[in-house]
Amino acid sequence: MFETFDALLLARIQFAFTVSFHFIFPAFSIGLASYLAVLEGLWLKTGKPVYLDLFKYWLKIFAIAFAMGVVSGIVMSYQFGTNWSVFSDVAGPVIGPLMAYEVLTAFFLEAGFLGVMLFGMEKVGKKLHFFATLMVAAGTFVSAFWILSVNSWMQTPTGYELAANGQYLPGESWVEIIFNPSFPYRLVHTVTAAYLTTAFVVGAVGAWHLLKDKANLHARKMFSMAMWMAALVAPVQIFVGDLHGLNTMEHQPQKVMAMEGHYESHPDGAPFYVFGIPNDETQQLDWALGIPKLSSFILKHDFNAPLDGLDTIPDDEQPPVFPVFWAFRIMVAIGMAMLGIGLWSLFARWRGKLYDWPLMHRAALIMGPSGFVAVIAGWVTTEVGRQPYTIFGLLRTADSASPLDAPAVAASLLAFVVVYFTVFSIGTWYLLRLMKAPPKAQELGAKRGDTGPIRTAGITPGPTQNPGEGDTLPQSLLLPKEDGQ
Amino acid sequence: MSIDLTVIWALIIAFGIFAYVVMDGFDLGIGILFPAFQPGEGRNRAMNSIAPFWDGNETWLVLGGGGLFAAFPLAYAIILPATYPLVIAMLLGLVFRGVAFEYRWRDEKHRPAWDMAFSLGSLVAALSQGMILGALLQGIEVQDRAYAGSWFDWLTPYTLLTGLGTVAGYALLGACWLYWRLDGGVQDKARRLARRAALATIVLMGAVSLYNVALRPEYAERWLTAPELYYLLPLPILTGVVAIWLLRSLSKGGEATPFWLSLALFLLGMAGLGVTIWPNVVPPDVTIWDAAAPHSSQVFMLIGVAITMPLIVGYTAWAYWVFRGKVGKEGYH
Ligand code: HDD
Ligand code: HEM
Ligand code: HEM
Repeated sequence: MFETFDALLLARIQFAFTVSFHFIFPAFSIGLASYLAVLEGLWLKTGKPVYLDLFKYWLKIFAIAFAMGVVSGIVMSYQFGTNWSVFSDVAGPVIGPLMAYEVLTAFFLEAGFLGVMLFGMEKVGKKLHFFATLMVAAGTFVSAFWILSVNSWMQTPTGYELAANGQYLPGESWVEIIFNPSFPYRLVHTVTAAYLTTAFVVGAVGAWHLLKDKANLHARKMFSMAMWMAALVAPVQIFVGDLHGLNTMEHQPQKVMAMEGHYESHPDGAPFYVFGIPNDETQQLDWALGIPKLSSFILKHDFNAPLDGLDTIPDDEQPPVFPVFWAFRIMVAIGMAMLGIGLWSLFARWRGKLYDWPLMHRAALIMGPSGFVAVIAGWVTTEVGRQPYTIFGLLRTADSASPLDAPAVAASLLAFVVVYFTVFSIGTWYLLRLMKAPPKAQELGAKRGDTGPIRTAGITPGPTQNPGEGDTLPQSLLLPKEDGQ
Repeated sequence: MSIDLTVIWALIIAFGIFAYVVMDGFDLGIGILFPAFQPGEGRNRAMNSIAPFWDGNETWLVLGGGGLFAAFPLAYAIILPATYPLVIAMLLGLVFRGVAFEYRWRDEKHRPAWDMAFSLGSLVAALSQGMILGALLQGIEVQDRAYAGSWFDWLTPYTLLTGLGTVAGYALLGACWLYWRLDGGVQDKARRLARRAALATIVLMGAVSLYNVALRPEYAERWLTAPELYYLLPLPILTGVVAIWLLRSLSKGGEATPFWLSLALFLLGMAGLGVTIWPNVVPPDVTIWDAAAPHSSQVFMLIGVAITMPLIVGYTAWAYWVFRGKVGKEGYH
């Protein structure tokens, strides 16, 4: 018994670790692919070189982020079988086809057009190249569509039948499975999250270069575009998040109770706890600091509406409250901060100080990674709040795991931790290095020659760009220097 | 008699695996051979010749895994735990080689290290894939719809042999690809490597085939008794013919010929293995019908495959066409 528990816990940690790492990259590449499509579209429409320069600047970054997303994603597609084989057997008939559709309609699309997008500009011409960019962007969205349908089905399963051998089988209609009750909310909220995450990265890079040189035209352009996104999309995200929460309350009430820290029921108006240390042992929120009746207002739009607490849920069906409660607060706080930056940028625009307000640029710089923190926090809320089930109400996590021994899972977990931290930290460092180079006119794209790597520094493209006959370019051309020259 | 969807799905999965093996096979093979090329021009051109394709190629692996999960969930749920360490090793190998495509161009100082990661990652992935195949062929112990064997069942002389065979076969594909797509000194080098890899592949394929017959009584029965023998005899004969033709084409003949002949060799090898285990998906006891997803899942996915597969093949072919021809010194501009 003790042994199986260990293996289970390790399997959960391994899954959470690999999927969290994976999701960081799609959160960025879904948004960035669309941003690239917009940039290329604007360039084709207006002919202004600034858009092409920005396109090429971000394309190099996209290539690396995408590669990291792909390799971490391939790991995910095997994690179900290696660590959750009982779950795979039981739920395979329902979610397997959805994941197969993801491969057929999304992964092939992205991968098929990626090569042309990265290296094919001169080969296929502008129009077809733009088409390839659009296909890659569409692929990232379609991918999110299917995988979120799968995840949502695990949260709010509908349209299935239980077979004699214990498998869940598809019922009458696939529409009911795909468009299960939480899916529309989750899809919109997650894709919007990806856009916001990307906008804040782009905004931070723009802000960084504005702090160094507020006259940099390219930095101005990207900063301005990112701040429009923040100002327009952050409020949408908060609105959608609210709807998502209401939907969750309908289908997974105990998750919302955990998010709110409501161990006990509140017959006449529940408080919104700003702070507190959830204690599952005593079923109490220690050090609670709450605003009276606000929770009832948010969730029921009535200050005095009664709200049930976890005391109405059997102990063995409650999720652990601490991670859910705090992850949710982190996400919401970041959402509010994003809104704040968006409003600030509107004010700055109105005052004509958008490019000339170092304090705001610093704030935007600090907010650069905030989207990643928010999406991971959001997923922790979602997934831990679903516990103790993998398929909500149907299949317990404890009954989902593979018949593996703890040492095997521990060894592979260790390997994943070591490899991921090494490989993806180095990749992130390369990304940051690219972002540190100032965007400028005549940006070089992801061209790569036999005799030189992708060049990031400011040399004019042309036949003479590559004077050396050796394999390498002088160091000075490879590494953007401190001063951005 | 109605059409048996389960058989169709078995064929689709087999097609997916074949597509994977030939497409990612040659780019993993290039990784395996990487150390044989000089740092600089040789390696850069070898890398450039696959840079636009590797992601698409690897997607077939996702289709293989995802397709198995969707069409034969029970098989997926048995095979992966049974070969757990191999699967993890394969995935980590693929992580290293996948990121190396981008990283090596980003960091000149550590390029030798990323070249090494590319090469070792490819080698580990190839070896693991071959050993997974071997572990499947030698049979997996199953009880109550779950893997019931022990930790190291997958590690036997037979699986080592299939692992090495796969490494040699991928190296052959990779070398033939380079022989086709490069010119000059690097091309000569590729040809020399291809000849060696071809010999190794042929010897190892032969060894695996002989071992197969000894592996399980039902395999021997299939291959050695009449009347099956007569139906199956063309397979080994054809394989022999292709093997000889391949070796000759590496001394003279068109530049693309060896590549296509190696593909034919792989196709025949896979057909042989398919015949060996048919109709099981997890030998010795789990047949494709035991493991199959229900009818409605099969139909739903079949619609998807029917619509998307022609498109996928179409735009994949287009991407290969865009980057056709010799990969010159200037790379893809
Ligand atoms: C930039 C990212 C981001 C931001 C700023 C927010 N969220 Fe979020 N949230 C996500 C990114 C995200 C996510 C990663 O996309 C999640 C995880 C799973 C999901 O469906 O979306 C999520 C889940 C999630 C859930 C869990 C639903 C469930 O699992 O059933 C709720 C209730 C909210 N969000 C609500 C909000 C509110 C009220 C926000 C306002 C401030 C907010 N989110 C900001
Ligand atoms: C959309 C596709 C996803 C699917 C199908 C999925 C499915 C699963 C499954 C099967 C488990 C294992 C059972 C369990 O321990 O609860 C799990 C756990 C978990 N997942 Fe997800 N997940 C998805 C996305 C994500 C993402 C993107 C994240 C985070 C970034 C995430 C975070 C977690 C965490 C933290 C756990 C562990 C929860 C716990 O053990 O308490 N999931 N998920
Ligand atoms: C457990 C759940 C998940 C699995 C099994 C999974 C699987 C995969 C696989 C196999 C790939 C590589 C595709 C290729 O070869 O090109 C991939 C990439 C990708 N995945 Fe995931 N994924 C999961 C969760 C998610 C989530 C939650 C999202 C978004 C909402 C997502 C979005 C993407 C995108 C956009 C890509 C393209 C590569 C990139 O953008 O970095 N995935 N995923």
